[in-house]
Amino acid sequence: MSEHILSILVFFPLVAGLLGILVDKDSIRPYAITVAGIEFLLSLWLWSEFDMSFAGMQFIESVPLIDQFGISYTLGVDGISLFLIIMTTFVTFISLGSLTITNRVKELMLTVLILELTMVGVFVALDAILFYLFWELSLVPMLYIIGVWGGPNRLYAGIKFFLYTFTGSLIMLVGMLYMAYLYYQATGTWSFSLLEWYRLQLPFDLQLWLFGAFFLGFAIKVPMFPFHTWLPYAHGQAPTIGSVILAAVLLKMGTYGFVRFSLPLFPDASVAFMVPIAVLSIIMIIYTAMVAYAQEDIKQVVAYSSVSHMGVIILGTFALNVEGITGSIFLMISHGIVSGALFLLVGVIYDRRHTKLMSEFGGLASVMPRYATIFGIMMMASVGLPLTIGFVGEFLSLLGFYQQSHMLTLVAGIAIIVGAIYMLSAYKKAFFGNVTKEENKNLPDVNKVELFSLVPLVVLVVVLGLYPKPILDPVDKSVTAMVQLMQAKAVTEDGKNRIANVLVTKEAK
Amino acid sequence: MLTPVDVSFESLHIETLIPMLIAIVGGLVILVADLAKKDLDKSLYVMLAVTFLLLDLGSLFQTDINQRGFFDVLLVDGLAMLGQFIVLIGSLAFVMLSFSRKNFHEYLYAEYFAFYMFMVAGLQFMIATDNLILIFVGLETSSLALYTMIAMHNRHTALEASIKYFTMGALSAGLYAFGAMILYALSGSVEIGKIAEVLSASGYEPMILVIVATAFMIGAFGFKMALVPFHTWVPDVYEGSTAALAGFMSIVPKIAALVVIMRLFEFLLNSEILWVEVMIYALVVLTMTLGNIWALVQDDVKRMLAYSSISHAGFVMAAVLIGTTHANSALFVYWLLFLFTNLGAFAMLWASRTKDNSARYDHTFEKFSGLIKTSPIAAFMIAIFMLSLAGVPPFSLFFGKMYMISSAVTGGYITLAIIMALNSAIAAYYYLKIIFFMFFREPLVNDGSEVMANAGNSVRSVIGIAALFTIFGIFLVNPIMEMVTYFVYTSGY
Repeated sequence: MSEHILSILVFFPLVAGLLGILVDKDSIRPYAITVAGIEFLLSLWLWSEFDMSFAGMQFIESVPLIDQFGISYTLGVDGISLFLIIMTTFVTFISLGSLTITNRVKELMLTVLILELTMVGVFVALDAILFYLFWELSLVPMLYIIGVWGGPNRLYAGIKFFLYTFTGSLIMLVGMLYMAYLYYQATGTWSFSLLEWYRLQLPFDLQLWLFGAFFLGFAIKVPMFPFHTWLPYAHGQAPTIGSVILAAVLLKMGTYGFVRFSLPLFPDASVAFMVPIAVLSIIMIIYTAMVAYAQEDIKQVVAYSSVSHMGVIILGTFALNVEGITGSIFLMISHGIVSGALFLLVGVIYDRRHTKLMSEFGGLASVMPRYATIFGIMMMASVGLPLTIGFVGEFLSLLGFYQQSHMLTLVAGIAIIVGAIYMLSAYKKAFFGNVTKEENKNLPDVNKVELFSLVPLVVLVVVLGLYPKPILDPVDKSVTAMVQLMQAKAVTEDGKNRIANVLVTKEAK
Repeated sequence: MLTPVDVSFESLHIETLIPMLIAIVGGLVILVADLAKKDLDKSLYVMLAVTFLLLDLGSLFQTDINQRGFFDVLLVDGLAMLGQFIVLIGSLAFVMLSFSRKNFHEYLYAEYFAFYMFMVAGLQFMIATDNLILIFVGLETSSLALYTMIAMHNRHTALEASIKYFTMGALSAGLYAFGAMILYALSGSVEIGKIAEVLSASGYEPMILVIVATAFMIGAFGFKMALVPFHTWVPDVYEGSTAALAGFMSIVPKIAALVVIMRLFEFLLNSEILWVEVMIYALVVLTMTLGNIWALVQDDVKRMLAYSSISHAGFVMAAVLIGTTHANSALFVYWLLFLFTNLGAFAMLWASRTKDNSARYDHTFEKFSGLIKTSPIAAFMIAIFMLSLAGVPPFSLFFGKMYMISSAVTGGYITLAIIMALNSAIAAYYYLKIIFFMFFREPLVNDGSEVMANAGNSVRSVIGIAALFTIFGIFLVNPIMEMVTYFVYTSGY
């Protein structure tokens, strides 16, 4: 059975979701939570079956879909995608568990389950068109979540979200089709299989163009500066569950795309674009941090801080060595957990006060001590305090990039430290000082249901911060294999030099 | 003393004529049935039409490809087979929509269904020939039948639509006659194959006449295909016709025109005359872009779909420009998938048609407000068709779009491929607009009963079949691609 584990993992939420139509709408909550829980257990089962000593793709399934044109249903998982899948199922489970929406709840539950299908699908697809299929399909349930359960300006936010990402990915589609054509020219057969594409060495100028096409698709999704303008609207208007999934998982699709497609397919172009992209990421870190500082709405602070940290992920990815990429993948996972948790926490206070303005709060620490503690831990993890989950990834990313450019790393490092200011200041405004508003005096602290979803997150943040090895090891193995591939594929002198030569460093030791 | 013409019956290959004859006989049978007994129900006529169309389709499968017949006027090649196949499938589906619950004026007349069959025969003639005269005859037969059918819907907008269409059609017929005349004058033949031979032997000289002939032909088929700037009739005509007929017009006559365009421009584009290529390139880009932009600002769903089908026509015209086997196959794949999606979209409009003539528009966006609450299945159906039209995977039309863009990439038209991709992004906005109305707004006055008011069981089944094709299209794309590529390749395009 374990040879079809990935298909089960992808389609179980859809099948269960469709069967859920038969469940009465007052009883749908336990059903959806059970389904999401089973899905999470399935992903843990995948982890237990996963062979840690093997760096390549595992559990590969391949069925031709459109043989004539080389499109196949190919799934596979390696160390890079394994933990993203587990993070996806975990965050979905937690966010469904903590759901407080009561309006049209049945539709919401089913939409989230369908969204889960597309998210898992993106991380396991090894065929470019299949990847694109899940990638695009994920827009529809997310649009639905924003459009139905969002705030007053939800229609504008929804359409902006959809059109931005749709445009970028259509350009990426052209890039994919061109890539397939190049493969066809080289071998005489059509194929969209990623593993086949990995074996294709491309001339430098073609790499540049194709990198650009893929970059647009991924950068808008991440979202990188200057394509980030859709995200604050989407976060601002989306309900809590939408923001959690958006920040934790959907944005990771973009950074995952860079690691899965851009780097191994176009190693020389990645080197060529390294500095411009690093500069963009640093602008993204500083600029969004400054914007976050100016916000009055606590959800917007979290939203901008989440964009800011995505910049560090990009920086680590484009370090183009094992430390940087491993760090960025670890940071993807920790960012998913931490920003998901922060949005959940914002949701908790919003449910009590129906406002997100920080000026309405103040002194919450004395009224809601447990809430303030959890928020504090999450905020520390978010700014990358050592011994929390946020530190490991950030440190490795910067360490990786330090080997490429001392100067840029220094700027980025300072930016991250300065970035902590807005978080601390927001925390101060909301939690310390005297209780100024009458309404805040009798706010109930977090209840059992909320603890159910928040405590596991806190545990993860601390445990993985202290002992990240179980995740880092398999990631490191797969990343090493990928960097080797990039090194072998690079055609330019600069590319050969810049991409870390993994084999040689091993021998030197 | 005239010498007797000695033509053996076998050399006529009369079997190539059988499919068209079946359609004509079908039309006549419908007329005779009406003569024999008055006031027969429309269900009889519809089923007679369906029967003969099925026979027609069956006879198509009996014909061998790549043969000429009937004094070498008919040409049954792969393109002819594919074109007729699409025409017949489309006609079958759209005639089923006449089973509406409300009985509209035109369905009381047997003539309506007879015209329908004659129109199908005309389109088949147009497709299965490379003779300029027979193309003209087919074109006019089908067009005249269509004008009349539009006018039979007894509303003043229908008359307006019919007259508008007729006037434009007459102009385009004139342009066609001029274009054909010049080609004949240049080559001394009315067969496209021979014209191509003579012209390439003479090096396409005098060039100015070739360009003028091309311009006339673009004008003639530009009207038929509704390419910008020959599109002005489209929204009004679609609005005046019933949704069933408007949907028909957006698919079936266009594929016939496309086949003729492919035959004509295959050699005109080979002429290496820069002007010809520039003209077509501009036409393609303008049609898909402007069609999309106008569709953004419509208040009526049917007008929006009219502009969107202009844009789709521009999209497939790109295949004619690219001209490779890959592109020509992509054209048919796209159109076959587009057929089912657009069939569904127009059928949903048709299902919501009322007999209330007071409003300015039949299908305003507001009419679909909050449909998810009042009639969820209808809302999901419309959403699926709209997402497919927008090119969101895994719905069927995405694969048509993908194959088409890929053909632009392999043909060396990268810029065109990017323009096509960006246009798909623009189009997403107006397709989403109706989804926004249906899912994210509160219902207005209506209780949703209106939305499926006109849908009898057979209309519902047509919608269901279209939805099945749209959702599970992913599994049909491979066989369709194989079939289409085989036919296109064997006929040398």
